[in-house]
Amino acid sequence: MKRVPLHVVMMAWAVVTAFPLLWAVMSSLKSDSEILDSPWTPPSRPHFDNWSRAWGSASIGRYFLNSLIVVGGALALTMVLGSLVAYTLARYEFRGNRLVYYTFVASMFFPVFLALVPLFFVVQQLGLLGTYPGLILVYTAYAMPFTVFFLHSFFRTLPSAVAEAAFIDGCSHLKVFYRVMLPMARSGLVSVGIFNFLGLWNQYLLPLVLNPDPDRYVLAQGLAALSVSQGYRSDWSGLFAGLTIAMLPVLFAYVAFQRHLRAGLTAGAVR
Amino acid sequence: MKHGRYRFIIGALVPALILHALFVLSPYAQAFYLSLTDWTGVAGNAHFVGWGNYARLGGDALFLDALRNNAVMLVAVPVVTIGIGLFLASMLHLGGRRSLHGVRGAAFYKIVYFFPQLLSLAIVAVLWQFVYNPNNGLLNGTLRGVGLGGLARSWLAEPNLALAAVMTVIVWSSVGFYMVLFSAAMDAIPKELYEAAIIDGAGGWSTFRRITLPLVRDNVRVAFVYLGIAALDGFAIVQIMTVGPGGPDGHTEVIGLSLYRNAFTYGKFGYASAMGVTLFFLTLVIAVFALRGGRATDRVEV
Repeated sequence: MKRVPLHVVMMAWAVVTAFPLLWAVMSSLKSDSEILDSPWTPPSRPHFDNWSRAWGSASIGRYFLNSLIVVGGALALTMVLGSLVAYTLARYEFRGNRLVYYTFVASMFFPVFLALVPLFFVVQQLGLLGTYPGLILVYTAYAMPFTVFFLHSFFRTLPSAVAEAAFIDGCSHLKVFYRVMLPMARSGLVSVGIFNFLGLWNQYLLPLVLNPDPDRYVLAQGLAALSVSQGYRSDWSGLFAGLTIAMLPVLFAYVAFQRHLRAGLTAGAVR
Repeated sequence: MKHGRYRFIIGALVPALILHALFVLSPYAQAFYLSLTDWTGVAGNAHFVGWGNYARLGGDALFLDALRNNAVMLVAVPVVTIGIGLFLASMLHLGGRRSLHGVRGAAFYKIVYFFPQLLSLAIVAVLWQFVYNPNNGLLNGTLRGVGLGGLARSWLAEPNLALAAVMTVIVWSSVGFYMVLFSAAMDAIPKELYEAAIIDGAGGWSTFRRITLPLVRDNVRVAFVYLGIAALDGFAIVQIMTVGPGGPDGHTEVIGLSLYRNAFTYGKFGYASAMGVTLFFLTLVIAVFALRGGRATDRVEV
């Protein structure tokens, strides 16, 4: 078999994928006039001041912090509530079990757009519009269905002998859950945790509607807003720097955890 | 073992159920009702208008543009993405099929291809806005650099190109994910099948068609559902990247954008809800269609 054309094809797609990203990083180190002059030439000297300007005066640092708070809170809450619900539904027989399960799982098949208008007013009436708790609760509510679905099938496959032994030793239900079953489900929790982190970190539609206060913008939302306003002020280099700052943490996390990450995300699709 | 059982079950379920009822179930239920009213956001001032909103949708030129664009995306995005994904995955696996383990550098390719999947579509949209920039963008810059400056265009401003430009971005960001998905499925195919095919003198294409494709069919179906749903969305890319947004002249309008604009710019909440319900039924049709299609075809067991 001809190896060379094969590598040419594989390499071609790698270039198509990586090139825009590398180009954005390179452009973030250029001055505005260099950017306007030619998209190709590298910077004469690296303008790291673009990055500090984007982080500070363009508020990317603030948006970053907002994202950390909201996603961190929502992720923690989702994992606690999701694993509790999935475990209870998977390991306890009681009337209404199936009903509760399908109540959660069925909403995976509903587009968020359908809920958008009423959701806005629900959040508004609760006085949670544009607040951290509001976003955290809504993020959690929309991350739950998949989390329950995924962990439910996971808890079902765990052996029950250890749990039974723990019950005989006098452990309470709650203690069996977090001392025995949660550690056994660790790999499933990691997978769904990664999946949820990315999903929540990348949210755009929900914050756009529910988070109108510019001081509380999350990263993707803030960057998008910036690209509209900076376009008029034509601070291209600052915008490229903001874009790079938004991409780099994901890139580092990815390179560090890439095997686990891909496995977790694709497992999510197959289940 | 009975002790505290129900207390535990109730304690575990109730907080999550309250959250679910409040922020998920009730908005979904309200949306169906709102779509039958003329509500403009003033409390207690919603009049029942029956199917009026839906009738108006049929005469809303911009919404019809959105339907048409989403329909085009619904066909083109999954077909192109799955095509490239399958091609790259089988290249990765069978490129070195004489030796029966994939090409050298397979791990590197997977890392690179997959990365865009991790970025927010909002960030992808900002990035590609730069790529498409007519003056100092990467695309036109590259074309001019290799002497094809005549092909340089104002990609997002030309009616005939704008939707293709949007779809290109969606394909670009999703190919890697499906490539990895298919690649994992191909890993599970027993090597003996390929060895037998080689002995029988089967070429690359017929090996792909007779062995690989039937055995990854389930994954392809899953991919169709996911990509179909993504193609019915497209909101973030269009809202951030296109002129207008949704332009030029409705050529990149999508249902989600129409809904968003009608609700949060014009305050026509009842009318926007009718769009949401329409989108819901389109999603449902795709899911049912894909699942039924799956039952009808016979499966190959290994």
